[in-house]
Amino acid sequence: MYDLKSLYEAGSVQDAVRLRLEHPEAQILAGGTDVLVQMREGKRAGKELISIYGINEMRGVSLDGDENIRIGSLTSFSHITKDPIIQKYINVLGEAVDMVGGPQIRNAGTIGGNTCNGVTSADSASTLFAWDAVVELTGKDGVRRLPIQAFYLAAGKTDVRPDEIQTAILIPKASYENCFGHYIKYAMRSAMDIATTGCSVNVVLSPDKKAIARARIAYGVAGPIPMRAPSAEKAAGGKPLTADTAEAFAQAVLSDIQPRDSWRASKAFREHIAVELAKRCLTEAVKRAGGEWA
Amino acid sequence: MSKSVGRSMARVDALDKAAGRAKYTDDLCDKAALATRIVHSTIAHGLVASVDCAQAEQVPGVVRIFTCFDVPDRPFPTAGHPWSTDPHHQDVADRLLLNRHVRYYGDEVAVVVAENEVAAAQAARLVKVAYNEYPFVLDVQKAMEPGAPQIHENYPGNILAHTQIRNGDYEAACKEPGLMKVEGWYDTPTVQHCHIENHVCTAQMEGGRITVTSSTQIPHIVRRVCGQALGIPWGKVRIVKPYIGGGFGNKQDALYEPLCAWLTTQLGGRLVKIDCSREETFVSNRVRHAIRTHIISWVRPDGSFAARKIECFSNQGGYASHGHGIVAKGMGAFPQIYPCPNVEGDAYTVFTNRPSAGAMRGYGIPQAMWAGESHIDDVAKALGREPGEYRRQIAMPQGFVDGFSKNENYYDSFREVMDKGMAAIGYGRKLHEYQNQTGPVRRGVGMALFWYNTAVWPISLESSSCRMVLNQDGSVQVQTGETEIGQGCDTAFAQMAADAIGIPFADVHIVSAQDTDVTPFGTGAYASRQTYVGGFALRQTGGILKDKILTCAAELTRQMKENLDLVDGKIVRVTDGRELMGLDELATETLYSLAHSQHITAESTYQIKNNAYSFGCTFAEVEVDIPMCQVKLLNIVNVHDCGKLINPALAEAQVHGGMSMGIGYGLSEQLLFDEKTGKPLNNNLLDYKLSTFMDHPHLQAEFVENAEPTSPYGTKALGEPPACSPAPAIRNAVLQATGVAINNAPMTPHVLFARFKEEGLL
Repeated sequence: MYDLKSLYEAGSVQDAVRLRLEHPEAQILAGGTDVLVQMREGKRAGKELISIYGINEMRGVSLDGDENIRIGSLTSFSHITKDPIIQKYINVLGEAVDMVGGPQIRNAGTIGGNTCNGVTSADSASTLFAWDAVVELTGKDGVRRLPIQAFYLAAGKTDVRPDEIQTAILIPKASYENCFGHYIKYAMRSAMDIATTGCSVNVVLSPDKKAIARARIAYGVAGPIPMRAPSAEKAAGGKPLTADTAEAFAQAVLSDIQPRDSWRASKAFREHIAVELAKRCLTEAVKRAGGEWA
Repeated sequence: MSKSVGRSMARVDALDKAAGRAKYTDDLCDKAALATRIVHSTIAHGLVASVDCAQAEQVPGVVRIFTCFDVPDRPFPTAGHPWSTDPHHQDVADRLLLNRHVRYYGDEVAVVVAENEVAAAQAARLVKVAYNEYPFVLDVQKAMEPGAPQIHENYPGNILAHTQIRNGDYEAACKEPGLMKVEGWYDTPTVQHCHIENHVCTAQMEGGRITVTSSTQIPHIVRRVCGQALGIPWGKVRIVKPYIGGGFGNKQDALYEPLCAWLTTQLGGRLVKIDCSREETFVSNRVRHAIRTHIISWVRPDGSFAARKIECFSNQGGYASHGHGIVAKGMGAFPQIYPCPNVEGDAYTVFTNRPSAGAMRGYGIPQAMWAGESHIDDVAKALGREPGEYRRQIAMPQGFVDGFSKNENYYDSFREVMDKGMAAIGYGRKLHEYQNQTGPVRRGVGMALFWYNTAVWPISLESSSCRMVLNQDGSVQVQTGETEIGQGCDTAFAQMAADAIGIPFADVHIVSAQDTDVTPFGTGAYASRQTYVGGFALRQTGGILKDKILTCAAELTRQMKENLDLVDGKIVRVTDGRELMGLDELATETLYSLAHSQHITAESTYQIKNNAYSFGCTFAEVEVDIPMCQVKLLNIVNVHDCGKLINPALAEAQVHGGMSMGIGYGLSEQLLFDEKTGKPLNNNLLDYKLSTFMDHPHLQAEFVENAEPTSPYGTKALGEPPACSPAPAIRNAVLQATGVAINNAPMTPHVLFARFKEEGLL
């Protein structure tokens, strides 16, 4: 039995916007895999809910006119993993969200909910950061788009305005073209866990595949929100495929990330793992791009 | 005699459980039941100064709020031990229904009763408790220091109990020239059972008596405890135990049944339910004792022990529960598994401000094997000996008899299980292959033995009762006091009953639910005793029933009784093997006979004054990723000599479950506490790292079937033993892979990170 005050079900995006304005205190409910858990814990007990789960137009993966990838915010993790567009252009995202919770959670949980929660450990977030994803929000005045880095404001806080719902996540063509990535979720067990640290790296190689043309790296749980590691990206850009490059890339991470001590893991441990993950993710991403390490 | 025993019969409850027809406590609860929510202490130690319920009482739907100031001041014991009529052997009575003196973060202070769960939860959040805080202590050895906070009166140094072993002359023996000293400290964590069904119970009154329906392992014991807690005659309490979703020892305690029974007496006998959340189950039920162990071995160059010393410090938490029995059992194994003439042992059970520790699968032996088997590998390493070959030299020999229990090692079980385990995992080849590795990813193979005994004799009473009732169609209802808690004993009992009576397996109807008004007395499911202990009563009662049937058969067939037998539900003349009549015909005729009507039943109690050793081992193969601080378990094999298998498929399943528990114990599970407040940090299934099946390799179970001579079916313990040796086997495999000895379980990445840094691997 859940302690909820009332439940409003939105039939369309416009309907959801109207309900948001009518019930400013209400919590948006998508797959429910976080909201209902928090409600049970008493954190959101007694709240009003606006369910957007029935808005089918917000489900599915497609390519738009400019060949940007569009992922509807209600698309479930298991859908993303199996989607042919994802598998062809950004397979690492499908792999990352396949590490969320267990099979039931992945069927119910949505990528929109995963990002709107604003938590640093979200398995989709580091890959979306690393691929310069764009967040689409729809409100009373229409559609607003912003880079995912701007969408995350602080731990647990994202830039969703009182009249808005998140309607899609976009991966621009310039981001995914010729790009190959790898994600490692470092957790205390192999399923049903949240990341102690998650690292997502992607590369575009030079035409001869002898050097890294562009490297991008992002972390979850290396700070209060997901983050890129620009020093590392700079250290690898244009560099040859050597052990020195990988080592320099990995060590540079330490000047960007800010993990903290908590009962879940020490700062020293998280830093050690972050460096190791950077190295391993880069190594694998380059291999996927067809590069051969010297 | 055997037609059913020894075969992999399908579980008698399989279809009902798979189809969702099996009824559990909450399924049986009427929707009109009052809901409750317990208010738990938010400090680790102190006195409740006041409880302000004014705001909470305003919540619509709240019926009553009871606080620690409302309950009777009548301390009672909770441990699920058979009662002792000798006051010196009775469990410590240190519990009240709700507590003014709170002794751990999560202790029970008040309870809200409401018309529904939501109202109860809302009101519980509004109950304001004021405390006079006391200092608290979480560490077992700090709790023994002078000046440590005193958690209970009359237990100086917080020591609940201290027992000793003094065999031979340790002090003199360790002065023998040429000895090598090997010393280690080994630590095990606080873990929880994590049975799938949280504890739940309901209570209501009828006819001036209280009926409690509960998810318990021990209905007859819970009846006694409820009687003691409420100060009413025990016969005024009736306990019903339906199907339960596991217990692993947590439900071998009276948990909330006494409080629930008391609540219904305060509410005009209305039906009231206490339903624990997972968060409460972790903290406010029972946990496994964290035990710290110090071992010193004085070893001769040939590997034999001149003298050994062991000290064990067992973290009891806030209340006595099962108390000293756990560490006493663990220390008791020490001089037996590797016999040594000169042993000095001291075991302490110490109150701390952690959750109360009680029974949990293995009852002190997983802790003892973590310490003892890790230490044996440390000794082997110091000697430059191969751990398997070294254990062959020193492990308990065939013919060993324990002076106290009189348990006898009838076979060379340890060497036989080692042979089988080594062959199964390819021990010799892998051991050789994995020597002298360098590089970041290394493999290793390790092993551990375990010592176990089956039941609780001679420490406690062992008795089992059984009732059998013959139906007109020749089928038989069977009831025992031993309880089905998921382990499959109903199926094993049906197999043994079928053979004892001489009827087909399908004609045995096990009455699974226990009801203390009608179920014959038995102390329930605990230790690893149900199949062993139940077997005696089933064999005896089956014999009585069969004798009555053959008496009737002799009358009906006009044959000499001694010439008759009951075989597969048929009356057979043994002299020529002719089937004279079916049991269905006999039963119908006997019941409706106008000349001599008889309802054929049998009931008897058997008191068991034996116990039985049950030994085995684990072999584990790991891959250690040093930079990632991760251990991947590649292969694991358990080998058990648990006597003859009653049901091989169920036996294998039992071993799989225990291995899973052992893997979590070694690698990931531990309940953590905030050092500053004593608050549990991870009392949920996300943050408490119970291993998932993605963390398991294929779990391989092997058996050596040496028939146990004291058992009518040749069987002995298998319930707890599978959980006893996986953790140290994994630890020893990590030692072989990396050369790094990890002495603190669980071997989490955090522990490995610290140890690999210390040893210069990172």
